[in-house]
Amino acid sequence: MMKNLFLRTLAAIALMAATLAHAQLRVEISGVGANQIPIAIAGFADESLSPQRISAIIKADLSRSGYFKIIDTDKVMSETTAVNFSEWKSRGVDALVVGSVQRLVDGRFDVRYKLLDTIKSSQLSALALAAQPQFTRVSGHKIADDIYEKLLGARGAFATRIAYVTKAGREYRLEVADSDGESTQVALRSNEPIISPAWSPDGTKVAYVSFENKKPVVYVQDLINRQRTIVANYKGSNSAPSWSPDGSKLAIALSRDGLTQVYVINADGSNLRRLTNSNGIDTEPQFSADGQSIYFTSDRSGGPQIYKMSVTGGEAQRVTFNGSYNISPRISPDGKTLAYISRREGRFQLYALDLTNSQEQRLSDTTKDESPSFSPNGKYIMYATESGRRGSLAVVSVDSRVKHSLTTQAGDIREPTWGPFMK
Amino acid sequence: MRSFTTFTVLVSSAILLSACSSVKLDEKPPVEERAAPAPVVSSNNDRAVETVTAASTDPLDDKNGILAKRSIYFDLDSYVVKDEFKPVVGAHGQYLSTHKTRKIIIQGNTDERGGREYNLALGQKRAEAVSKALSTLGVPASQIEAVSFGKEKPKATGSDDASWAENRRSDIVYQ
Repeated sequence: MMKNLFLRTLAAIALMAATLAHAQLRVEISGVGANQIPIAIAGFADESLSPQRISAIIKADLSRSGYFKIIDTDKVMSETTAVNFSEWKSRGVDALVVGSVQRLVDGRFDVRYKLLDTIKSSQLSALALAAQPQFTRVSGHKIADDIYEKLLGARGAFATRIAYVTKAGREYRLEVADSDGESTQVALRSNEPIISPAWSPDGTKVAYVSFENKKPVVYVQDLINRQRTIVANYKGSNSAPSWSPDGSKLAIALSRDGLTQVYVINADGSNLRRLTNSNGIDTEPQFSADGQSIYFTSDRSGGPQIYKMSVTGGEAQRVTFNGSYNISPRISPDGKTLAYISRREGRFQLYALDLTNSQEQRLSDTTKDESPSFSPNGKYIMYATESGRRGSLAVVSVDSRVKHSLTTQAGDIREPTWGPFMK
Repeated sequence: MRSFTTFTVLVSSAILLSACSSVKLDEKPPVEERAAPAPVVSSNNDRAVETVTAASTDPLDDKNGILAKRSIYFDLDSYVVKDEFKPVVGAHGQYLSTHKTRKIIIQGNTDERGGREYNLALGQKRAEAVSKALSTLGVPASQIEAVSFGKEKPKATGSDDASWAENRRSDIVYQ
C-alpha cells in the first residue's frame, strides 16, 4: 500500500519534471470582451491526485477567452455536493462549475464535472472524462470547451494545439504546444531556417518549408511517427504549403517556371498542377473551408494584393482594395472573414475584412505583424509580432477586443499555425 | 638524386605549361652563370635550387580577380541588375561558358521588411535577374539554379538603411 503510494508519487514528480523541462510560453492578457459572464469555479474534489489541477486549467482557459469574469472562491465542491444557488446568485455568480477527480484501477484519471446555472437553479451540462495522466490537461481543456459552448453558443477551442517556429542563436525549432502555450514539444530541430508551418486537417501532420538543403523545400512531417516526406523540391524555390480541407492535397508556391506561381499537388508529392498564370508573383495560397476556392497573394497589379480563384482554375478576382500592400490571406472557417497583413504608412498590421459587406477593421496596435492563423472555431486569430525587439505570438478576437500574448523566455517565436479540432 | 630533382621540376613545369595554354610562365628559372674558367675544386653553385611558384590557373581562385566578386546588390524595390554589376555578371558568364562542368546556385535575398513568403518570392526575382543575365550571355540553364532565402538569412542584422542595403543582394555560389 505504502509502496504503491511511493511509486505513484515518484511517477507524478517525474511527469511534472518532464513537463517543466520544456520551455513554457508565458501568457499575458491585455484585453477582454465587451460582455463577461461572471462564473465561479470551485476546487474539484481530490484534484490534487492528478498531475495537474483541473480547476486551475479551467480558470486559466476561461480567463484567457476574454468572455468570463472569474469570481474567486476557495470552496471545494464535487458534482454531488449540495448547492445553495441563491447564495451564489447573491454573490453575483451566474454560473458555477463543480467536479471531482478519481484515480481508476488502470491508472487513468476519471474527471467528472457539472455546469450549474445559479439564476435558473438548474444543471446546464455534465461530463465524465477518463484519460491517462499525461492527458490531464486535455481533460481540463475539454471541460472548458464544454462551458464555453454551453454559455456562449460557439464551440470552444481550448483543447486544440498550435505549432510555431522558434529561433534561438543559430538553432531553429518547429514546436507544438497546447493552445495555452503549455506542454511544448519539439517536432524539428535545424541549423537552417524553417518557415510557413501548416497543420493537416486531421491534426497529425505539419507541412513546412525547410532550408536544410540550402534552398526552400516543402516537407510534410508526421508528428506521431516522425516520418518526413519531401512534397516539393523542384528547381528553384518551393514554399507556402496550404492543405485542402480533406487533407489530400496541398497548394504551394513554386518558382520552377521563373516567377513564383501557385500550384496544387497531392500530399504525397504526386500529380503537380499549375493553377495561376500571371506576369507577377503569385504566392501564399490558402484553400477556402469548402475546398472550392483558393485565396492568394499576387502583385500582378503592381503591388501585392489578395485575390480569389476557383480551385479548378480560371480567372482570379481581386479581394483587397485598401492600401497598396496586402499579403498573407487567411480565411475563417465559416468563409465570411478574411484576415490579412496590410502595410499602411510603413506599419505591418493585422486586418480583418468582412466579406459579406466589405467592412475592414484593423485588429492590432503593433507594427510588425506577420502570419495570422484562425482558431478552428473562427473566434480568434493568432499571429506573430514583435515585443521589445523579440518575436512573440499574439491572440486577438475577431472583433479586436480580446487580446493576449504568448512569449518565450529566450529567442524569437514566429510563424504560428492554429491546429484543428481533434477528438 | 639531384639531377632527378631538377628533372622533376622541369617536367612539372612542362606539364603545367602544356595544361594551361592561356597562362604563360613569364620567368624562366634562373640559370647559373659560371665565371671565367679558373679551375676551382669546389663547385657549390651546382647545388643551387631556385623556387618556382606554380600559380593556380583557375581564375576563380584569384582573390584579386573580378571573379572573386560573387555578390550583386539591388536598390530598394528593384529587381534589375544595375549597370555597375554588369561586368561582374559578364565575367561569371564567360567563365561558366568556358567551364561547362561548373554549376552555380544564385541565392536571392531581401531586407527584413515585409512578409516572409512574399519576400521569398522577391528574393527569387533577384536571383532570377542574375540568372537571366547569364542566360542572355549564353550560359545554359543546366549550369544555373536560382533560389531564394527571402529575409531568412540576412548578412547584416541591423534595422537601418546600411544593413537593409547589404541584404538586398544576390550571391553566386559555385558548387
